[in-house]
Amino acid sequence: MNTFCESLSHMAAPLLYLFSATLFILGLKRLGKVRTATSGNNLAAVGMLLAVLGTLIEMGLVDYQWMIIGVLAGSLVGAVTAYKVPMTSMPEMVALFNGFGGAASALVSLAVVWASLPDEGLVKTGTLASHLGATETVTSAASILIGAITLTGSLIAFLKLQGRLNHGKAILLPARHAANILLAITTIACAAWAGFFAETPLDIVLGILAFSACALLLGILLVIPIGGADMPVVVSLLNSYSGIAAAATGFAIGNQLLIIAGALVGAAGIILTQIMCVAMNRSLLNVLVGGFGEQSSGEGSTDTEYTTVTSCGAEEAAMLMENVESVIVVPGYGLAVAQAQHTVRELATLLEARNITVRYAIHPVAGRMPGHMNVLLAEADVPYEQLVEMDAINPDFKNTDAVIVLGANDVVNPAAANDKASPIYGMPILNVHEARTVFVIKRSLSPGYAGIKNTLFESDNTMMVFGDAKKVLQDLIKEIKEL
Amino acid sequence: MMGPILIGLYVFVLASFLGFEVITKVPPTLHTPLMSGANAISGITIVGALAMVQHFDTQLATLFGVVALFLATINVVGGFLVTDRMLRMFAKKKR
Repeated sequence: MNTFCESLSHMAAPLLYLFSATLFILGLKRLGKVRTATSGNNLAAVGMLLAVLGTLIEMGLVDYQWMIIGVLAGSLVGAVTAYKVPMTSMPEMVALFNGFGGAASALVSLAVVWASLPDEGLVKTGTLASHLGATETVTSAASILIGAITLTGSLIAFLKLQGRLNHGKAILLPARHAANILLAITTIACAAWAGFFAETPLDIVLGILAFSACALLLGILLVIPIGGADMPVVVSLLNSYSGIAAAATGFAIGNQLLIIAGALVGAAGIILTQIMCVAMNRSLLNVLVGGFGEQSSGEGSTDTEYTTVTSCGAEEAAMLMENVESVIVVPGYGLAVAQAQHTVRELATLLEARNITVRYAIHPVAGRMPGHMNVLLAEADVPYEQLVEMDAINPDFKNTDAVIVLGANDVVNPAAANDKASPIYGMPILNVHEARTVFVIKRSLSPGYAGIKNTLFESDNTMMVFGDAKKVLQDLIKEIKEL
Repeated sequence: MMGPILIGLYVFVLASFLGFEVITKVPPTLHTPLMSGANAISGITIVGALAMVQHFDTQLATLFGVVALFLATINVVGGFLVTDRMLRMFAKKKR
């Protein structure tokens, strides 16, 4: 009986881990459907709680002081940021959290490595691999490498999405591909030396430090040449990396749950990245090489000057809108920046009261993340049925009286459909140029993140309404009320 | 007989395939919440961090463990809460 209880207590933690892994799988599956997504997220969170519980049971009675401090401080920071961040900054937030996850994986592996080092200082005591085991050394190194790249890469992505780093534009260093390859080789060489050749603890430590520094630098250099418009793809890919880093940590500490959850996230992240690339008609390699759109603007092959732009004020726009029957709103990043989601909903209600049908055309990559616009408009209680996806709404533009483009640019650029020389040629767009009148509400004629001219702005049926999206919409509402 | 590393490799490969299969068809609306939710799951490294905090008496290793625990907890708690906040907006308008 006693041995039965004993084996049960030994089984408790692994069984909890298994249960937790099951909840992660179910949770991810349910997160993929609108009806079940909330419950999916809850299941995954419960899975995480069980995993932590399992670990505590496995440890038995130990000194909890540092655990409590770490968990409490982390929960506090996590919860406060999660509640305080505005909906418009969600993509940055995901990037930042993701970076922290990668850093945590790398630090756990560093702790494993450090704990196996003997204290003898300069005395020869054998290689790291001889203390830790060859496989553990390799998997720890993989975890540190991927975790460090995830950390600095995500931080750069965070800064770019905030527009703080060179206004989100690509930063192109000379000979960057050669430099990156050289740095990658140096990084692996440092790891190999620290793990298998250095024989005194001091040498090992120096090797690990050089290795970590190279890995951190690599993360920065890999992401800076990529333009702000491609950041969602980068964040999605880094999300996949942080999963793989967690799986590598799982190998290093011999924990199956880390391997399962890490592999799940790694695979899911790659699929999501692929979906985003398809939506932009680009290959992942094309995104990662970076510098998108920068070359063409320099060569003068595409003219960036606008010639025949027609602009009007809110009053004129309101008068033109008086006689329409159908309106399609095309939201973009400008809507998020101006926090205009509630104002656009107010305008829609006003138009609907005049028997005008209002719908929203959602491009798969509008905003800074797929689904970014859906989240924003949902916040303003826009009915779900009014949000129409690209393929469903494209045939309707030619029968539409007025289109309001709110801070969207590249996703409505007709050059993608008819200018073979354009760098975005072939990207699926919303065919707003087919509508009778197009109002483009935008702060200026400055190019979008692809850095190219938008031929829509020169079109005969386009009216530019310059100004902040929210301000213009407020004026428009006021004018329509006065009609 | 399979060593633990080999078992781990089996688990890794099979779980990767599971990840591919579970995700394939997702409406664009859910891409951001899904990314955020998956990101929170990658905070599973919190389990490793917990183990590191108690296992070793080397001060530096424990320090790494505590920092790892702090960051992983931010990833987990922040990730799940942010995802929930986004999803709640979809749930609200259905009523």
